[in-house]
Amino acid sequence: LAHGSGGLLTHRLIEEVFRPAFAQSPEDFTHDGALIDVPGAQIAFTTDSYVVRPLVFPGGDIGSLAVNGTVNDLAMCGARPLWLSAGFVIEEGFPVEDLRRIVGSMRDAAQAAGVRLVTGDTKVVERGHGDGLYINTSGIGAVVALQPISPRQVQPDDVVIVSGDLGRHGMAVMAARENLGFEPPIVSDCAPVAAPVLRLLEEGVNLHCLRDLTRGGLATALIEIVESAGVGMELEASAIPVSAPVRGACEILGIDPLYVANEGRFAAIVPEGDAGHALSILGEFDGAATVIGSVRSGGTTGSVALKTMGGSYALDRIAGEQLPRIC
Amino acid sequence: MEPAACLAVPDAQRIRLDVTGAVQGVGFRPFVYRLAVDEGLAGYVRNTAAGVTLEVEGPDSAIERFLARLRREVRPPALIEGLSRKSLEPTGRQGFTISSSSSDAAPSAHILPDLAMCEDCRAEVFDPADRRYRYPFTTCMHCGPRYSIIETAPYDRARTAMRHFAMCPACQAEYDDPASRRFHAETNACPDCGPQLALHAVDGTLLAKSDDALQGGIEALREGRIVALKGLGGFQLLVDARNEEAVARLRERKHRPAKPFAVMVGSSAEAEAIAHLSPLERDTLESAAAPIVLLQARKDAVRPLAPNVAPGNPNIGLLLLITPLHGLLMDALGFPIVATSGNRSGEPIAADDDEAFARLADIADFFLTHDRPILHPVDDSVLRVIAGQPTVLRCARGLAPLVLPDPKQTQPLVALGGHMKSALALGRSGQIVLGPHIGDLAHSETREAFARSVTTMRSLYAVEPAAVACDAHPDYHTSRVADGMGHPVSRVPHHLAHVLAVMTEHALTGPVLGVAWDGTGCGEDGTLWGGEFLTVDGTAHRRVAHLLPFRLPGGEAAIREPRRTAVGVLHALHGDALWDRGHTPLAAFSAEERGMLRAMSERGLNAPLTSSAGRLFDAVASLLNLCQRASFDGEAAMAVEFAAQAARTVHALPRPVIVPEGDVMAIDWRPMVSALADAAFAGVEAADLAAGFHHWLAETIVALARHEGISQVVLSGGCFQNALLTELAMTRLQEAGFRVYRAIRVPPNDGGLAVGQAAWAARLLDKVTG
Ligand SMILES: [Fe+3]
Ligand SMILES: [Mg+2]
Ligand SMILES: [Zn+2]
Ligand SMILES: [Zn+2]
Repeated sequence: LAHGSGGLLTHRLIEEVFRPAFAQSPEDFTHDGALIDVPGAQIAFTTDSYVVRPLVFPGGDIGSLAVNGTVNDLAMCGARPLWLSAGFVIEEGFPVEDLRRIVGSMRDAAQAAGVRLVTGDTKVVERGHGDGLYINTSGIGAVVALQPISPRQVQPDDVVIVSGDLGRHGMAVMAARENLGFEPPIVSDCAPVAAPVLRLLEEGVNLHCLRDLTRGGLATALIEIVESAGVGMELEASAIPVSAPVRGACEILGIDPLYVANEGRFAAIVPEGDAGHALSILGEFDGAATVIGSVRSGGTTGSVALKTMGGSYALDRIAGEQLPRIC
Repeated sequence: MEPAACLAVPDAQRIRLDVTGAVQGVGFRPFVYRLAVDEGLAGYVRNTAAGVTLEVEGPDSAIERFLARLRREVRPPALIEGLSRKSLEPTGRQGFTISSSSSDAAPSAHILPDLAMCEDCRAEVFDPADRRYRYPFTTCMHCGPRYSIIETAPYDRARTAMRHFAMCPACQAEYDDPASRRFHAETNACPDCGPQLALHAVDGTLLAKSDDALQGGIEALREGRIVALKGLGGFQLLVDARNEEAVARLRERKHRPAKPFAVMVGSSAEAEAIAHLSPLERDTLESAAAPIVLLQARKDAVRPLAPNVAPGNPNIGLLLLITPLHGLLMDALGFPIVATSGNRSGEPIAADDDEAFARLADIADFFLTHDRPILHPVDDSVLRVIAGQPTVLRCARGLAPLVLPDPKQTQPLVALGGHMKSALALGRSGQIVLGPHIGDLAHSETREAFARSVTTMRSLYAVEPAAVACDAHPDYHTSRVADGMGHPVSRVPHHLAHVLAVMTEHALTGPVLGVAWDGTGCGEDGTLWGGEFLTVDGTAHRRVAHLLPFRLPGGEAAIREPRRTAVGVLHALHGDALWDRGHTPLAAFSAEERGMLRAMSERGLNAPLTSSAGRLFDAVASLLNLCQRASFDGEAAMAVEFAAQAARTVHALPRPVIVPEGDVMAIDWRPMVSALADAAFAGVEAADLAAGFHHWLAETIVALARHEGISQVVLSGGCFQNALLTELAMTRLQEAGFRVYRAIRVPPNDGGLAVGQAAWAARLLDKVTG
């Protein structure tokens, strides 16, 4: 198994192993979380496991990541995050001091996101089997959205908005892991995005689709959307916000920022008429929120085209490591 | 068994011939008609979906003479590949007729590539007394569009874009007259009945028609404007090649900073004023494909081009007139013009008017177009004379579809080719057909054009594939396309496909030693290969040797910046000590970049390993300070070749060291690179070192060939676009007693991959079923 990077291989694992085993309807497993009808309400339910290396990085740690990641998955379902569970897999010998700090950061993150950690579990595994610490969190939220939020709602001429600048989390983690010493250091964007999403819903913005831009970055997220929506998408490369330090780091490392993970960024796909309203709301939370492209009616469906000065490039799901294609 | 009638009437015979090959759209039926009438034979000739069928009846001796002349007098582009003969009962009917086509059976007739204007048509266009005087769409049986205008096979006017133009009585008379050069010429047209020119402004406004449009285009070019011209296979962008400012404007608008432009000239004589021309190069320029031919530019050019046409490049790509339209333009202008594909770099050539208006509006000042639709866009072909043979580097207009016999093709299949230089191939009953070059599949428009090319080729050749072949690289666009086609997929290792392409061209079954040297292709172990020695015999293949791997810090970024690859190579040489040394490439980086590169090379962070010969060229280009950043594919390797060609002496470098690694040999280039870097530092001429590097590579090939001891050696992959390397390797291998084969009609680069994929997939299918 080399199925880690959120690209093609993960996609194949889901399609070929998990979906055949578990899915009961074609809608299952197409989203970050499940929507479930319970008497008198609709809830969103999601789970995620966190295996980040290193455990602490500029702008966060595995604890804040485990809270925000699950909070954000709930937000992407148009839900108000309410309750979380946390499961810890701890390697024998892991310093209690470190654990205390990480748990503290989970408490702070939960407070900031307005959720409560209501249940949990701890397992200790043999030395050499746990890589320090793994955390799984599950979350329950109350669905606020009055209309379904899903790739199926995406229409031609809808616009694509990103909630802030891209690539900081992935680069911050990589810099910390590989000791790259960027000056100034790149700080992760790890943060809850429930508040802006709830505001968008409260103010009646018609959200056709929401997607957090985690593993695989913007590119992978948008490719997933166009593939399940059966539409094409065109992005304006110059409009995509990437901070100068991230851009510089990506350039030196030969990494495409559109494929770098974010932990506090999402894409919203809204009707053209709602774009201005959505932007003015998102702008209150992050000045870098901006329109980066639109959904196309013609052309090839299932493809995302990136328009640059030098022509229009097709974005692809990448299998694992980016292997050069230039011969 | 001979019919009894033949014995009863010994001097009257009737035979039927089924002819296959390039026999449609080339004047083959009129040729048969004239022969038959000449020999006093009765019968008929007609096109079939499989080729041409004819029956002749008459005296035995006349039939034998007819048969002999048929083979002897057939003239290119017509080509007889297969001829099957059957005796029939004489019918006693008189006269010889050309009957209309039948459209039964699976089409297997050659679909001819487009043919450049012939001498006869050119003479008419410039003859004030001729009714086709100044008519830009003059064609005959021997010239004009074919593949680019065909709707379905067989090739008949009603199944081409010419069906929109009803012939006038004069044209019809020629079409019906067996004595005419236009007898059954499906593209026949004249000013009264054929296509017409139109000149448009960038916003699409019609400015002028017919000859006024031509005059307007000529004026615009004289004034240094950029004209998008609808040519034979698609739109071309034209601009005065002497006008530096105009060329700069084209470069800026096309986002093509340095890649050389091709230049059109009116005649070989004019070509000679710009470049050195061997007789073979002249023939290649003048061939019916009218390709771009890469030539050595004259330093003492009588008619100098603007320096930014091919900056820093000792070569120049020239081409002659493709159509009478080009002839009329060039005749009026009297100066060379840049003629580059109507696209932005890497995108497919625009062919449809609306598409051109949309895509080229930011580039062109005027559109000179016409109302004959181009159904299948084909870009210009590119050739270079290497080792005494015109070698196809890009197989497109005039050459594609390219048909190669391959007896292993039994089930219909589609091979999807590579990624950056895309072209697909079909496998069908005994043949592989290579479609035209499409472009770089990184671009979304190219992907759409590629999908159309798959549809076109499948329908023209009536191929309903039973299997699909593609490259083994998981991220090639074609790998996804293959998965989506719903047929069994054969993933053919990149370098194996390179070797198989050459084996197919030369009908080799093996054993061969394949030298597959290119940029970077996905290897069988998931790393990047490109400096490979593979043995192939039937369906057995094995990697027997490779260049010692090194890192590409930054992946594709390293391919764009040879200085990064040099760091990868130096790191393999010196380890961390590299950073204390004063190598040229290091000076090209800032302190922060150096720190980052260090981390990348030490930890393999986004620094994939490769055994590529092409990338070793890049590293050498950087070490010799010939190219630190490449603005187009192959720029760095070309710089090393050009430097070597200008060398006064060959600086000898340490011999290749071949180290066994299990059952595979690793070629250790480190002593060579170390000596090269030291000599460069010590001030030895870059040119002499570049020459030494070429000699080292050739020596490596010979050493491995001797070690393997297989008499047939195949050279393939993009590195063999390098004339010096190819010629050195061939000479030395031949001196050592090896037979050497290389890609000549099939491009040695990834443009030929599809042929190798089709060949390999068929071999595997054959092994399973046979
Ligand atoms: Fe290749
Ligand atoms: Mg998640
Ligand atoms: Zn002609
Ligand atoms: Zn006419």
